[in-house]
Amino acid sequence: MKPAPFSYLRPDSLAAARDALLRHGPDARILAGGQSLMPMMALRVAQPTVLVDISRIAELQGLKRDGRYLRAGALTRHAELLSSALVRSWVPLLSRALPHVAHAAIRNRGTLGGSLALADPAAELPACALALDAVMHIHGADGCRTVPAADFFQGLYSTAAGDGEILTAIDFPVCAEGERVFFDEISRRRGDYAIAGLAAIAQADQSVRLAFLGCGDRPLRAPRAELLATDACRSGHVPARALLKEALAADLDPPSDLQASADIRLHLAAVLVERALRSWMARSHASLQETS
Amino acid sequence: MNASQAPESPDAPIEVRLEVNGRAIRRHVPPRMHLADFLRHELHLTATHVGCEHGVCGACTVRLNGDIVRGCLVLAVQADGCEVTTLEGLDASGSIADLQDAFVRHNALQCGFCTPGMLLCAAELLERAPTTDRAAIRDHISGNYCRCTGYHAIVSAVAEVAEKRLCSVRFEAGDAK
Repeated sequence: MKPAPFSYLRPDSLAAARDALLRHGPDARILAGGQSLMPMMALRVAQPTVLVDISRIAELQGLKRDGRYLRAGALTRHAELLSSALVRSWVPLLSRALPHVAHAAIRNRGTLGGSLALADPAAELPACALALDAVMHIHGADGCRTVPAADFFQGLYSTAAGDGEILTAIDFPVCAEGERVFFDEISRRRGDYAIAGLAAIAQADQSVRLAFLGCGDRPLRAPRAELLATDACRSGHVPARALLKEALAADLDPPSDLQASADIRLHLAAVLVERALRSWMARSHASLQETS
Repeated sequence: MNASQAPESPDAPIEVRLEVNGRAIRRHVPPRMHLADFLRHELHLTATHVGCEHGVCGACTVRLNGDIVRGCLVLAVQADGCEVTTLEGLDASGSIADLQDAFVRHNALQCGFCTPGMLLCAAELLERAPTTDRAAIRDHISGNYCRCTGYHAIVSAVAEVAEKRLCSVRFEAGDAK
């Protein structure tokens, strides 16, 4: 159906956007790509009376290498990240994850900042940000501050960005020499929200970071499973699935819903860890063969 | 009234200037009118269809500044200053004549409801990442729902056009040597 009536503002600067949000308070919502907000408004689960369209604000755009980080403006469209050589070189985990985000028409409009600020627990980019230890730049009434990903995602659709605050940019640490990445998700159809998914990084010293989507009310690291996975990378042996599942059950809190039970999600999480480990081991084996 | 002032009442019309299929358009629209409704009701360009109206079915697919988007998820006021191309415009340009012809020959449409969105979606794949791989084609069009054909004929049509276009590129490259 059609959205409920609202007023529409399109400020041309960050300061003007912040002022508009302050002025209108909880009646106002930020509109960026609109690929999540517009469906919510069409279904009338969201009925803001004021929309503040930030999509033309220059200060929120741009993608550039900045020392140890790749800084992405919050308005960077998914499609731009997907096709970016900078991202492919310096934050390859994103390049692996982005083909799983919805469909081309959605990726042409949806934004990085929008996805992170919505913090859907089954979305790809929040899990990637968590795996990468990304840093969020937030602009509010009191000025700017930074929040690391581990503190940014606080609950279901809940982040450290408060009412009236705007996520302006995200710093992704650039990948180090010898670092390997993995992304996969399990969904019924291409483009569906994941039933469960994994954004994983194996660092040069073989220590593994695992960030899961669809396994809780927010993207979640799994420290106990990370220890098992790190051992596996060092020893070359994939742990028994029962061990993996037990480790994951300690750190994840998957929901049961129409798509899958909590137990199925835990099972899928274990399968995804195995896939990650096998893909890394296969590549190590292949490169050893090449050099011998 | 332009978008930098707060109107006194919600839904007060806002001026929007854009180019649609190469024509300059200027209208006043309520903020909540989406681009698909604007094209259909203001401009009588009815090839763009409205299906689910929440972004999942793909029937409303149009081009905005050269990229495919969901017409139901873009507000008409957000298209201010933009170039929009609908199926009518693509058809007139002749740039998808081979694809349209292939759709007819493969029986890739029955009721035709999904067809404009399918053509817009397939056209982007063929221009940016042409492939004859059926799984890759299916992946790309998986956001466009068809209730009639079962997709097989659509995939065949797209694959055939990809093959022909790739062949002609190879032929031209060979010629240049």
